[in-house]
Order: sequence, then C-alpha cells, then structure tokens
Amino acid sequence: MELEMLEGQKVIEAVQRAVAHHGTRREELIPILSDVNRALGYIPREAFEELSRQMQVPTSQLFSVASFYQMLSTRPVGEHVIRFCESAPCHVVGGRQVWQAVQEHLNLKDGETSPDGKWTLTTVSCLGICGVGPVMMVDDDVYGNLKPDQIAGILARYVERSEE
Amino acid sequence: MKYYRTHVLVCSDPECVKRGAHDLLDSLQEELKVQGLQDEVQVLETSRLGGCSDGPEMMVYPDAVHYSGLTPDDIPYVVEEHLLKGRVAKKFVTPEKIFTDEELRAPTSKEIRVVLRNCGQIDPENIEDYLATDGYMALGKVLTEMSQQDVIDTMMKSGLRGRGGAGFSVGRKWQIARDVKDTPKFLTCNADEGDPGAFMNRRVLEGDPHSVIEGMIIAAYAIGASYGYIYCRAEYPIAVRTLNIAIQQARALGLLGNNIMGTDFSFDMEVRMGAGAFVCGEETALIASVEGKRGEPRPRPPFPAVKGVWGKPTNNNNVESYANVPQIILHGAEWYASMGTEKSKGTKTFALAGDVKRSGLVEVPLGISLRDLVYDVGGGIKDDKGYKAIQIGGPMGGCLPAEYLDIPVDYESLNSAGTIMGSGGIVVMDEETCMVDIARYFMDFTQDESCGKCTPCRVGTRRILEILERICDGKGKDGDIETLEMLCREIKVTALCGLGQGAPNPVESTLKHFRDEYEAHIYEKRCPAKVCRSLIHFVIQAEACTGCGVCARNCPTSAITGERRQPHVIDPDVCVRCGICKQVCNFNAIEIV
Amino acid sequence: MATIKSLEDLKKLREQAMQKRDVKRAEGHAQVIVGMGTCGIAAGARETMKAVLDTIEQEGLSGILVTQTGCIGLCEKEPIMQVVVGEGEKVVYGKVSADVARQIMREHVMGGKVVENHVIPM
Repeated sequence: MELEMLEGQKVIEAVQRAVAHHGTRREELIPILSDVNRALGYIPREAFEELSRQMQVPTSQLFSVASFYQMLSTRPVGEHVIRFCESAPCHVVGGRQVWQAVQEHLNLKDGETSPDGKWTLTTVSCLGICGVGPVMMVDDDVYGNLKPDQIAGILARYVERSEE
Repeated sequence: MKYYRTHVLVCSDPECVKRGAHDLLDSLQEELKVQGLQDEVQVLETSRLGGCSDGPEMMVYPDAVHYSGLTPDDIPYVVEEHLLKGRVAKKFVTPEKIFTDEELRAPTSKEIRVVLRNCGQIDPENIEDYLATDGYMALGKVLTEMSQQDVIDTMMKSGLRGRGGAGFSVGRKWQIARDVKDTPKFLTCNADEGDPGAFMNRRVLEGDPHSVIEGMIIAAYAIGASYGYIYCRAEYPIAVRTLNIAIQQARALGLLGNNIMGTDFSFDMEVRMGAGAFVCGEETALIASVEGKRGEPRPRPPFPAVKGVWGKPTNNNNVESYANVPQIILHGAEWYASMGTEKSKGTKTFALAGDVKRSGLVEVPLGISLRDLVYDVGGGIKDDKGYKAIQIGGPMGGCLPAEYLDIPVDYESLNSAGTIMGSGGIVVMDEETCMVDIARYFMDFTQDESCGKCTPCRVGTRRILEILERICDGKGKDGDIETLEMLCREIKVTALCGLGQGAPNPVESTLKHFRDEYEAHIYEKRCPAKVCRSLIHFVIQAEACTGCGVCARNCPTSAITGERRQPHVIDPDVCVRCGICKQVCNFNAIEIV
Repeated sequence: MATIKSLEDLKKLREQAMQKRDVKRAEGHAQVIVGMGTCGIAAGARETMKAVLDTIEQEGLSGILVTQTGCIGLCEKEPIMQVVVGEGEKVVYGKVSADVARQIMREHVMGGKVVENHVIPM
C-alpha cells in the first residue's frame, strides 16, 4: 500500500537528500538550494528551517542567498513554468512580439503565476542558443524560431497533457 | 607493423568498467582466439565512446558500428556474425547521433581558429581525442622545461589580453598573483557567460573542455595555485556535464591531483554552478558565489590577486583566455603575437547574432574591420536589408552605426568609438530596428540584473528605464534627453562595479549616434523604425485586401471587421498592435503607419 | 589506461591515441571486400582473407580498407573478393584462392591492372 507522503515530510526528505549528496559545508549552499528547488519546484519555509538546523546557519542568511539568484524560487510556482528569453538577439529577431503574445495569451506579466496555479511566466537570461531565436522554455522543453501565432498551439499541448 | 583489418574499441571509463567492460574485454579476446581471428582483429581499450549509461560500449572500425550493453554471453554471436562474417548484429546496435552544427560552419577565408580549432573536430568526452591533437603536451613542456617565470614571460610576450571583456594583460595578471607571498593560492575560471547573445564560451566548454583545463593547470603552475574552480552558469547544463567528465578523465590519468606527471606540482579543480545571476560574471561577485554567498561585488582593491577565494590570492581568467594558453606554450609567444594588431594580439571568438545571414561562432584575428566581420564572415544582413548598427560588448557595450564599419576590431579602437570588446557577443541590427527600443531593452536587462548593493546602479538605472519606457510609450517630454545624459554621467563615475559603471553605455551610445530617433519619439510622437507600439497603427490597404478574412479570424481582440470578399478594416481603439494580422496576411495588405 | 608519470608516458599515450584516431578516421584509396558468408567460408574465404592481410603486411601497404560481406547470391563462385581502387568501378572476382588473392593484391590493388581471367561479369 502506498501512503501519501505528507507535504512537510516531503520537504524534509528533499533537504536531506541534497545534504547527503553535497555535505554541509557552507560553499555547498547554492548546489543544495538548487537541488531542493528542482525537487519541489520552489524552496518552502520548512526547507529553510530544516537546512538551517542541518548546516548551523541562520535561516535569514539562507533566505538571503536563495532570494538573490534568479533560478531559485522562494514562492510556489505554477504547474508549468514558461521561461522566455528576452535577450537582445532574440529581441531583435521578433522576440518582442512573441513576448507580448505570450503575456496576452495567458493574461500574465513577468513573474506572475495564474490564479488556477497552472502557469508561471518568467523571463530567463540568454540561453546561448541565439541561432534559433526567439527562444522560450516550457518546463524542460525548448522552443526556438518562435512566431506570435504559434504560442496558443504550443501552450495548448500542456493543457491537454495535464487533463489527460 | 602488424596489419589488422578490423579494430574494436571498448570503453574502459569507470562507469563502463562498473557495468562489466573488463569481463567483456576478456571474453572478446578469448572468442577471437576461438574463432581464429586474433591476427585479423585488434582490440583496444579507449576512453568514452559517447555515454556510458547503456554500457559497456564498444565500437567496430572501419565500419563505425556502435554496440551497447553487450554481456560476455553475447560475444560469441557478435564475433561470428560481425567480425567474421561481416553482418552487423543489429539487435545490439546503438544508432549514432547525427551531428549537425549550425553554430559552427566551415571557416571563411578571413578566419583563423585557435580557440575553436578542436570544436566539432574531436569528441569532447574522450580525452584520447584531445591527446591525439597534442593535448596536454603544452603542460608536459611546462613541467619539464620551463620555470614558473618562463611561463609568465611567455604569456607576457604573447600579448594575450583577458578575453572576458576588460582586456588586461594575462601575463601581468599572473605575475601579480605569483608575486603575492600568501598561500594557498587559488584559480578561478569565469565561465559565467551571461552577456545576451554571447555563447562562445559555452561552445568551447562543450566542444573542447580539456583545452580550458590544460590552460588552468599551466596557470596554476605559473602562479603556484593548488586548487581551481570553474564557475559555470546554470543555464549551461551540458557544459557542466562535459566539464565534469573531462575533469574525471584528466584526474584518472594523473593530469590533475598530486604530483602531476611525476613532478612535485599538485593541483586539482572542480566545477561550481551558478543559479542565475548576471552580476556573478564580475570577479569579486563570482568569488562570493563560489563561497556559497550572495553573488554581490565588493569594492576593489583589494584585488582578487591579493584577496580572493577564502581571502586568499586568486587568479581569475575567463574560458577563452585559458583555452589560448596551451597553444601559446606549444607554438611560442612570437607565433601568437604575429596575429592581430600592435596592442591587441592574437585571435578572438565572436558570436554573431541578430539580423545577420550567417549567425553563429567565428574566430578572427584582432584588427579585422567591422565590415569584413559583418559582411564577409557573417555574410551580410539578413534578407539583404540595410545595416543600421551593431551592438558589441554586451549590456555594458554600445551601438556602432554604419560610419564605424571600417574601424578595426581591437580593444583600443572599440573603446574610442564608445563601446568595449566585451566577451564577444555581437548583435547585428537591420534598418527596421528602433534604437530607443534597443536602449530601453538593455536598460531593462541591467535593471533586472542589478544586485542592488549600490544606489547609483539600483536607483539610477531604474530612473533611466522609466524615462526610456515613457519615450517609447509616446509620452516623452522636452528635457528627457538632457536628464538621460546627466544620469548616464553620474552612474558611470559613482557605481561600485563594472556592471553599474557600464550600464549607461547602450543609452549613451544610442544618444550619440541616433539622437534623431529619440527626438522623433519625443517631439513628433513617431517611431521611425515603426516598432514602438504606442506610436504605430496597423492599417489595411483596401486595394490589396481580398477580404479573405484570415486576419479577422486570427485577431486576438476582434479588432478587425469586414464583409466576406470586401476590404476589411482595423479598429485602432480595439487593436493591441500585436502584429499577428500582418504576419498571417497572404497579400501583404497590412501596413504599419 | 595507466596514469602519466613522466613526459615519456604522455608521449606514449599520445601515440596510442593517434593510432586510435587513425582507426576511427580510416579511409582508403582502395577497398577490398571478402565474402564471408557461410558459403564463402566453406569455400575457403578465411584463407583468402589471410592472404590479403599477409600481403598488406609483407608489402607494408597503407590506405587499404579490408572488410567482409555476407553471401551475395553467387555461392558457386565463392570465395568472392571485390576490389575498388580510387574512383574506379567495383570489380568482382570469383574462385579467389589464397594464391589468386595474392595475385589480385599485387596486380590490381598495387598495380592498378584488373586480373581479367578471374573477373565475374556482372
């Protein structure tokens, strides 16, 4: 029989796994936070508390580091995260119009999560694949050579997938 | 020499060994004897053959057939079928990855490849491929023939300047770090390539990681460092993976670790990953991030050469600088200094992006003219449109209009033209680009990436961004240009680090070269390039419209109306100027005014 | 692979690495294909193959690719050996005993002259 894991327990286990892998030296903090972020989608308050206990570092310092880096989130994110590249090379080859189209399609602005918890929209710094710009990532999938009219179709795939 | 018709390479990397590569080798040798093929087929152990996850891996040449996941029990079948009868044992074959390379084409006549010489030519996950191209021979030369000072003198004479942006002499930097008495000393490699549109370092790390590692080991020897960190941005997961494999392989051969090549020199290194913060490319911020802290810069001096990682002397260079080192040691300082200009020696990699025909990576001798770079190497402007400007030097750089096409690309010439070399990202912009919008875009970027530690950068860039947004929004007013100029001057002299000091550059350079566009936005409420949405309208030309209705069906705000087969019209009050109608119209009937 | 303890070790490793690279990049101006199907082997193809390899070794030839193939449907002519020199047409030889193989290697592969009396007209 499979027991549903309690939220809090899940968080603590994620922290323990990261600490077991990287150790508790202070310089391992960013890799640890990255692992927890990947496992849970964001770094919840309970994770900071557990980590503080294990590393013997005040939560304020942990939070200070986590909130500094773009790829670490201290707030819950939507089911699907859209990371849009708003870098210059993408911008000049039509990224601006595509970015508008994404915002209008979801009725979200940069950094927002939809009320139904389905989408989080955010920008990402240059992914270094400028040859196929404009570029965006939906979760781990990368889409290149985007045009505004493709957006609805691409995002629809994720709606279908989660309704299946 | 004995002639073998067929060679079988078996991966003996640790992972494949764990999956039974040694047993496979034994049974292969055994079976070849049983079938009498030991004089016809040679078995060789090798490093990685492309992913050990389905190992053990084995390649048969000259057929270039890749087998995965074989057990000793499968060997008699494979030997008889393939090695004896020439029939590929299809059920064990792993399809070879087809390698297409849009980033790196065959070099044009104006290119010279030093840093990129191995990219796409060797297998980055197989250290033997690197060894076969004289890999680690420079390290061998350094450790057996050269003193620490010899190495530094060679670097000085070569004229190599830091390829990360500032262009400080690499040899002098090493000298300073060597002369500091404090120990232990550290080495950092800046692989936090964050400039939008710059992906030269990613390509080197993914395509030729050992050249960077070898360069670092040589630098460590020269300055007396005992440990190194490659700080790589988290947006480059493949580069991190490739580097880790390469470091493991170098360590397994004793090229990293204690008593390297039997000498009393010891050095090791690891990869540190960022978590998305542009400012970490600044060396003091990078060091803070390596230590697991917020990646905020601090005032210099003390310079990292005196107080770096863990407060100890640290030499920091970028990926491309290190990758040049082995070649300079092998071919000599004179060879390197023979390329380039008087003060800017050697070659430089650039990532061409934007409205250019052949976008991608190039490597050219410094001093090449901008025109040659854009038109000969890059093939010119996409769709044969007109040239408007290039942006070079990343978010701290500036834009250069057509009048500057004939300047040589070197550190000094770019500086006097009002921009910087930067790390090598070049964004080419055609005539349909709005330069106010570009300035707004770059300010948006620096504002977003400002770490917030010093006020000029945190608040100053926000003020500039607000004014630019207002101008693009059609609400610019008299005096805006002067306020912008004042803010730029102030931020440049008061900001804490290079990011803040360089942040006004895109605004200053566009104000200098494209002032008329600012004025058109502010005084005429007009965007000459027809880009800024508040200043343009979409209009359907009745004579070209067939009334097909495609635009109306695609309009997200239902702003387009009209009878079937009759010219349609756009209601400007409902239109959000998304441009989808123009994109879907098959008759070019929609115009921007 | 053993660890590198001296410059000599490194040089040795480089030699080996270069050999493996050449193996991977092997291309030849001549290709010799020996039929090694069950029929070919039964007719003595292994001796044919050995003769080909011996000749290459004895004469110190380079740039020759030797590969095998299966039954090509001409079992009565086995052992079959196919030779392609440079851009030339593929020549198919039948009944290639070890001696004939040596003759073909000398006259055709090295000398460029087809050994007419053993050619199978295709």
